Amino acid sequence: MSRRTTLLTALGWLALAAALLGLAPALLSDFRLGLLAKYCCYAIAAVGIGLAWGRGGMLVLGQGLYFGLGGYAMAMHLKLTDAGPGQVPDFMVLYAGGEMPVWWEPFRSPVVTLLAILLLPVLVATVLGAAIFKRRVKGAYFAILSQALTAAFAILLIGQVKTTGGFNGLNNFQSFFGYSLYDPVNKRMLYFLAAGVLLASVALMAQLHRSRFGELLVATRDAEERVRFLGHDPANVKLVAYVLAAVLASVGGALFVPVVGIISPEDVGVGASIALVAGVALGGRASLFGPALGALLVGYAETSLSESFPGSWSYFQGGLFVVVVLLLPGGLAQALSALASVRHRVGGPPGGRRRRERPASDRTRPGPTTPQEVTA
Amino acid sequence: MSVPGRDYLEVRGIRVEFDGFVAVDGVDLTLLQGQVHFLIGPNGAGKTTLVDALTGLVRATGLASYDNQNLLDRPSHAIVRLGIGRTFQTATVFEELTVLQNLDIAGGVHRRARSLLRRRRGVPERVHETLATIGLTEQADRPAGVLSHGQKQWLEIGMLLVQDARVMLLDEPVAGMSAEERRETGELLHRIGQERTIVVIEHDMDFVRDFADVVTVMSAGRVLAHGTVEEIRADPEVQRVYLGHTVEGVA
Repeated sequence: MSRRTTLLTALGWLALAAALLGLAPALLSDFRLGLLAKYCCYAIAAVGIGLAWGRGGMLVLGQGLYFGLGGYAMAMHLKLTDAGPGQVPDFMVLYAGGEMPVWWEPFRSPVVTLLAILLLPVLVATVLGAAIFKRRVKGAYFAILSQALTAAFAILLIGQVKTTGGFNGLNNFQSFFGYSLYDPVNKRMLYFLAAGVLLASVALMAQLHRSRFGELLVATRDAEERVRFLGHDPANVKLVAYVLAAVLASVGGALFVPVVGIISPEDVGVGASIALVAGVALGGRASLFGPALGALLVGYAETSLSESFPGSWSYFQGGLFVVVVLLLPGGLAQALSALASVRHRVGGPPGGRRRRERPASDRTRPGPTTPQEVTA
Repeated sequence: MSVPGRDYLEVRGIRVEFDGFVAVDGVDLTLLQGQVHFLIGPNGAGKTTLVDALTGLVRATGLASYDNQNLLDRPSHAIVRLGIGRTFQTATVFEELTVLQNLDIAGGVHRRARSLLRRRRGVPERVHETLATIGLTEQADRPAGVLSHGQKQWLEIGMLLVQDARVMLLDEPVAGMSAEERRETGELLHRIGQERTIVVIEHDMDFVRDFADVVTVMSAGRVLAHGTVEEIRADPEVQRVYLGHTVEGVA
């Protein structure tokens, strides 16, 4: 990576930080800021999808599973602190006659909960990922498998009314680590927390992209068999990216709970998982800022379109996905770089060497850019 | 077997079967360090299959021992880590990465996992030397995709050098090269072959005659003859097989 791209990356990150931490809180009402906090939670998960799908070539259609792991872990903790020491969450009094399963108990501790949010997805993703990648399951089969997992997870949650709140999920939280969730100041604090974690995860991606691991991951995406003959097991390379993506989804889910005030099977199921992927596709899955920006944009579009055309969002979302995949496989990032190169050509010296070299560099641009590869 | 050790690759009774079809039928070979071995034979003789078996791509029975380890029951990446590298008939370099990045990524086997998380700083010594050895120093920062066919093959050999492969199995490295490029490739192989074991699968008899130290002729999954170029050319059995199957071998 050249010095110029490093500089541009740093500038882009600073611009994003200025927009999220400076501009948005100054301009938006508390209600809108709360919505932006929600989009940030999606964006954190999307950053992970950018790594697994954009850089690693694994179409993770079921990140709702990990989003839900983190979300439910956090929600259980909040329910338990609201209930008070030794007490049982309100919905269990209603549905389960006041009996609480043993595995809820550890989530009373904030430390255990935070560890669970980070380590539970590591554990689950390592076990599932190792089984999947060592068997060389990839492409569309991998995508279907990951989606089936999240569907099964949602069905499991719905079935366990007594322990997970079933279809209604867990909601009606009063406080977040001692801070009242009804206080507008604390809501702003939550926004800054979500935006801060998003910025940190983008920074982490920037480092990963330019690291040797980042190069190896892209090499694995583009020529898995060749990487095998460099002495690496491609399964391990992919596993690292998959686990990282799972952790980011889990953290996004955990922040989602206090920000939105509810987590239900609907937030972690197939629909939610596809919405995450749609944002990443829109922004540009292989680019650094694309996944985060795309997720923010899709979140914003969902809210504003649902306000003006209630009930039609899922059609918009489906249409968007189809259009992006067919016409703009590299997402908005691709459109921007194409625009930049057009301007470069118009503004540059006529007939210069650069001009003739353009088409060649377009052909060899990194990242899959054909629609067929979306499922690959 | 006086000195069992890293010096040679010992192949005993290797057999590969695909659904009843025997592609490699009990091949014995001893491949010594410091020699450029050529593996020749008509199409379908089982040359590539043999290399596939040695590098974990197809399942085989028998024994292939290197450094006192049997290669046959290991996955490909573990075989590479023992020091056995290969190239394929069509050059497979990472086209979007630069020549330098291609070489650098090949050195990953020798790096600790933690160093993978850092960015590349400077050019490792071995990569630098290799660039000079394969004559691509000037192309170091160009994407590998724009290299000529011959240069890609050299880059692949360079990647094996950075990988520090002690045994190099090269599948038709000079196919499609100009006469000049062939000569350069042959000289390159002899230069790097001093402390390595090099095995080349080849069809071009001129190239074999000019650069082979030892030649093994395969036919229908078996070793037909083994010896110097002169010995092979004098072998009536080899003449019969080549005249009967393909014309290009008779040079």
